[in-house]
Amino acid sequence: MTLEKFEYDNRIVRAFIIATVVFGLVGMLVGLTVAIQLFYPDLNLGIPYTTFGRLRPLHTNAIIFAFVGNSVFAGVYYSLQRLLKTRMFSDALSWINFWGWQTIILAAAITLPLGITTSKEYAELEWPIDIAITVIWVIFGINMIGTILKRRERHMYVAVWFYIATFITVAVLHVVNSFEMPVTFLKSYSWYAGVQDALVQWWYGHNAVAFFLTTPVLGLMYYFLPKAANRPVYSYRLSIIHFWSLIFIYIWAGPHHLLYTSLPDWAQSLGTVFSIMLIAPSWGGMLNGLLTLRGAWDKVREDPVLKFMVVAVTAYGMATLEGPLLSLKNINAIAHFSDWIIAHVHIGGLGWNGFLAFGMLYYLIPKMYQTKLWSTKLANTHFWIGTLGIVIYALPMYVAGVVQSLMWKQFTPDGLLVYGNFLETVNSIKPMYVMRAVGGALYLTGAIMMSYNLVKTAKQGKFLSDEADEAPALEKKKITGGHWHSVLERKPVLFTTLAFVAIVIGGVIEMVPTFLVKSNVPTISSVKPYTPLELEGRDIYIREGCNNCHSQMIRPFRSETVRYGEYSKAGEFVYDHPFLWGSKRTGPDLHRVGDRLTESWHFSHMYEPTSTSPGSIMPPYPWLYEDVVDPETVLPKISAMRNLGVPYQDGYEKIAVQDYMAQANKVVEEIKSQNEELKDQVIVPESEIVALIAYLERLGKDINAKTKTEETANK
Amino acid sequence: MFKHYFEQIDNVAIWPIISLVIFVVFFVGLTLYVMSHDKETIDEIASIPLADDDVLPESGEKS
Repeated sequence: MTLEKFEYDNRIVRAFIIATVVFGLVGMLVGLTVAIQLFYPDLNLGIPYTTFGRLRPLHTNAIIFAFVGNSVFAGVYYSLQRLLKTRMFSDALSWINFWGWQTIILAAAITLPLGITTSKEYAELEWPIDIAITVIWVIFGINMIGTILKRRERHMYVAVWFYIATFITVAVLHVVNSFEMPVTFLKSYSWYAGVQDALVQWWYGHNAVAFFLTTPVLGLMYYFLPKAANRPVYSYRLSIIHFWSLIFIYIWAGPHHLLYTSLPDWAQSLGTVFSIMLIAPSWGGMLNGLLTLRGAWDKVREDPVLKFMVVAVTAYGMATLEGPLLSLKNINAIAHFSDWIIAHVHIGGLGWNGFLAFGMLYYLIPKMYQTKLWSTKLANTHFWIGTLGIVIYALPMYVAGVVQSLMWKQFTPDGLLVYGNFLETVNSIKPMYVMRAVGGALYLTGAIMMSYNLVKTAKQGKFLSDEADEAPALEKKKITGGHWHSVLERKPVLFTTLAFVAIVIGGVIEMVPTFLVKSNVPTISSVKPYTPLELEGRDIYIREGCNNCHSQMIRPFRSETVRYGEYSKAGEFVYDHPFLWGSKRTGPDLHRVGDRLTESWHFSHMYEPTSTSPGSIMPPYPWLYEDVVDPETVLPKISAMRNLGVPYQDGYEKIAVQDYMAQANKVVEEIKSQNEELKDQVIVPESEIVALIAYLERLGKDINAKTKTEETANK
Repeated sequence: MFKHYFEQIDNVAIWPIISLVIFVVFFVGLTLYVMSHDKETIDEIASIPLADDDVLPESGEKS
């Protein structure tokens, strides 16, 4: 048996580690900024690019795709080579993957603050970037599959399974959810509308958590935890069950993000059932990780790597128990739209993803620089300050979520809302927002300590760019019967196919009925497409990220119908490309805001929210009053919408501009006639605020035409 | 309320049954598959990550 010599590529791993650290700090810093904005809105600086609505997607994208994404690439590129006893398939593809991914992140960092967004959560990036993501992702896949095919280790260790499943599923999710109709170079409309768009989006959103933040990181856990503990995983059989049941069940559970919405009941129940089932494989995985350390807990006392991993795996267990519980309808009724969900995702993000990445980095850098960690003491300090940060972040958010949600629901004995003014509920939780920011700042401080420690470690060591190893080549076995394929080729391909089938089954059963039957979304004859002005206003709403703080989905609870009006019906959203239901109520729901508030109220409110709503944490939007729209830009939007099935008459473009101006002038008249103080105000009909007000006034009006009442508070 | 719309799909009752069958078959198959491995193979695979520690650092270069 001749031994073949080869070298592992450490340079690419180092590059991804640097990107992980840099973007981790950036993403956390943006997170801290938006956290502070929620109790100190002046931090918006009064410019368009730094409002909460635009920075929130920047924070989520930076953490998910830049921080966790790069840490996953680093870990995969390191462990894949060693698990398969070969260098990566192609160094060139490795570097294309690296630079392509960083370019995408740069594009996101530029476009999101500019308000270039599709509004779909974690899929905010516009269509050209979507295409770039697809290309780079496929290159990563080719590189990985190529590496697997030229491996020298017959068995694919379970970590590799998780990597393969990650590659396939993320590709499927991203492509299906990114079907969009381009309008201009940086503007598109979702292919789907209303309920269907929501279903696809949350099938994607939920599974982005599953297959971008969970499966690849579990793969890393199955490699780095045994490495750090220097003992094999507790039960390899359990890891097989963990893998197959996890990827098979996860994909079905997306609808649990849409409980009590206009999604068909059967789909909601499906989401709940599968979420509960998910506890089993998730906890199997967690116990498998923790039990790997049996008999090695003395090591955990000394080794910061293991400390981080233990907390990470524990946080994984906590989050994966909490998620299914949140999908029970009675709990969801309280938790949804509240800060409870923010706490939940940060147990996952800060605890599971962050700590596993930190543990991995503390393990890798000394190894690749052939030295010891510069300061174990500093790493331990990072561990404690980070853990404390997670606790101080999450606890106030749990309290804030439950407190605010119960306040929303409270009635007096006479049947009136106790807190009819939404702002009262906001003010009651502001102290929690302050505490949350403190927790986040602690966590960030720990990450800065780590960066310093890793730089120092690298400085004192000597980087091993190409690590030599040797292993016998894999014998190609002949298969009797059928083709003369080698096992080498058959197994990974067969495996990949099986994993693909497993994830497609769930997606198909979940979505086909909703797409198959038009009658699944009952049509409401009075629901009409948006006028050109309203369409433009809707795009401004999307650009400013209003849906990051305001939902457009009134659930069928008395507390909500009293506060917001008639509950939302599926048929009301048939022309909404994309849907704008939102997932968090930092401010009140807006689905029926057209019935509740007047044009002049919006005009005053958007300029200075505290003028109409004292204590509001919404930023002012003065630029909407200066920037004007060219009504001609609406024409391609109308055409795009028609192509998506919105029934604008043929040739409507000829009179659309005329309609736009007529309605804009009417809105201006309304504003002036409603408020004495605004009578002599110069209001340009083409200004953005006019379009936005027209859209807000239209919201929720199609099914009932109640008389409007002037309101002074944000009810 | 959505039951009404679903009644218009032919044989809608088959969907949950199909789901159940798929699941039972899947998990029975998975259990059998896991059980079919002998202990030696399982242990061998489980120790793969630990087998790469004897690396040869002579080709390292400073960068």
